[in-house]
Amino acid sequence: MIEVKDLEKSFGDAHILKGITTTFEKGQSNLIIGQSGSGKTVFLKCLLGLFDYEKGSIAYEGKNFSKLSRNEKIDLRSEMGMVFQGSALFDSMTIAENVMFPLRMFTKQSKSEMEDRANEVLKRVNLDGAHQKMPSEASGGMQKRVAIARAIVNRPKYLFCDEPNSGLDPKTAIVIDNLIQEITEEFNITTVVNTHDMNSVMEIGKKIIFLKDGILEWEGSNETIFKTENEAVTNFVYSSELFRKVRKMYIEEDNQ
Amino acid sequence: MTYLHNIGAYFIMIKDIFRRPTKWSVMKPLIFKDIDDLIIGSLGIVAFISFFVGGVVAIQTSLNMTSPIMPKNLVGFATRQSIILEFAPTFISIIMAGKVGSFITSSIGTMRVTEQIDALEVMGINAINYLVFPKFIALTLYPFVISIAMFLGVVGGLMASIYGGYGTMEDYLEGVRLDFIPFHLIYAFIKTFVFAFLLATIPSFYGYFMKGGALEVGKASTTAFVWTSVVIILVNFLLTSILLG
Ligand SMILES: Nc1ncnc2c1ncn2[C@@H]1O[C@H](COP(=O)(O)OP(=O)(O)O)[C@@H](O)[C@H]1O
Ligand SMILES: [Mg+2]
Repeated sequence: MIEVKDLEKSFGDAHILKGITTTFEKGQSNLIIGQSGSGKTVFLKCLLGLFDYEKGSIAYEGKNFSKLSRNEKIDLRSEMGMVFQGSALFDSMTIAENVMFPLRMFTKQSKSEMEDRANEVLKRVNLDGAHQKMPSEASGGMQKRVAIARAIVNRPKYLFCDEPNSGLDPKTAIVIDNLIQEITEEFNITTVVNTHDMNSVMEIGKKIIFLKDGILEWEGSNETIFKTENEAVTNFVYSSELFRKVRKMYIEEDNQ
Repeated sequence: MTYLHNIGAYFIMIKDIFRRPTKWSVMKPLIFKDIDDLIIGSLGIVAFISFFVGGVVAIQTSLNMTSPIMPKNLVGFATRQSIILEFAPTFISIIMAGKVGSFITSSIGTMRVTEQIDALEVMGINAINYLVFPKFIALTLYPFVISIAMFLGVVGGLMASIYGGYGTMEDYLEGVRLDFIPFHLIYAFIKTFVFAFLLATIPSFYGYFMKGGALEVGKASTTAFVWTSVVIILVNFLLTSILLG
């Protein structure tokens, strides 16, 4: 569980996150939605400890990150996995080396132990037989799966994904969403996903927070989001023609 | 203001190169890769340029020696002096600022814009140590590159003299050995070491702290080349004033 209290973050004069308070539960996908530039990535990078923040606190299982000693921070970091927006695979390493990299950094395993574990997670993300490829030779969907494999190889307690569907076709996007959801439940991970993809919202949005210009505008789930009266949320949800049509159909059905 | 800020950030980066070192088992292959990319990969172009510029220096010296009272060994002497004192350490370093410098800036800059640096930091890695330290170690071999440049420059001068009909081998080699001052070699290698450090760190700085996308990677490489050259020329002036002045 991750508890965020009154989080404030600025870059110089630009006030990006304006007092965010929320909690992310274990064993479920927690979604952060909002338009481009609303502060989703900055928020995620604060959660990861990549950005310092001026005010507020972030606690992991009750432990305040900024109050930890350096070694405790490293220990906590080793329990976090991150899937970056562009996958961020190391392009000088093969797919297998990418997946083994966190093990080389955080554990004292032998080469064959690391290889076994890499095989295991690559199989889990349905990537058998691509081990020796370079990331540049893999498709976007494959790269994303490698990034997920690298993020979970060290059995993290926390998984962060920044727009895992961006740049993917709708079908692959759903495969990736389901993979994230399955892994989250299977290993009982606290997962936080940034997205502006309404499909993801419907598929895996057990808990959803909506950011608008760095303010937490609305909190709910994939069940409540379609009923909310909040105008900013409905503008966002029904910004696509498809969803407006679906909504109209529902309303007509209800009226019959 | 931004200049001061950049200079401050540069020195903080220098300190970070040596803090929280990366595991040796991870670092070792990175060092070998950088030796291959930065040192071995530069030998060809450095050898080519040194040989022919050495030749040109010898030819121009002979052509300017119109008076018959000038000793014949002057060509070898003048070529040796200009190659060892200036051409090899400074001129080659400017070329390396273009070749090695833009390689360093663009490879680190690409890692920045594709969030590979963030990925390293999430894993608790000191990314500056991980990225810059292997380049720093690889470039401690830079004096070997410059030694080769010195040797081939002098040989190039010899070849041009003989085959261009500007003098004999004996005269040239006598000139090369004439009035040799060992401190000149020390001066040249002090410069070489300092330039190696600048070549490893200034382009890294511009790559590491860049913002934006692919287009900015190209711009950062150009900026890095300009500033690396400017700093090399200024430091060259400073070191020469102190050591030889
Ligand atoms: N490193 C940074 N320095 C300055 N401003 C930044 C930085 N990163 C993000 N921002 C700004 O923060 C705002 C939110 O960005 P971001 O979190 O990336 O939005 P998104 O919701 O699309 O992920 C944007 O206005 C962006 O320009
Ligand atoms: Mg973003």
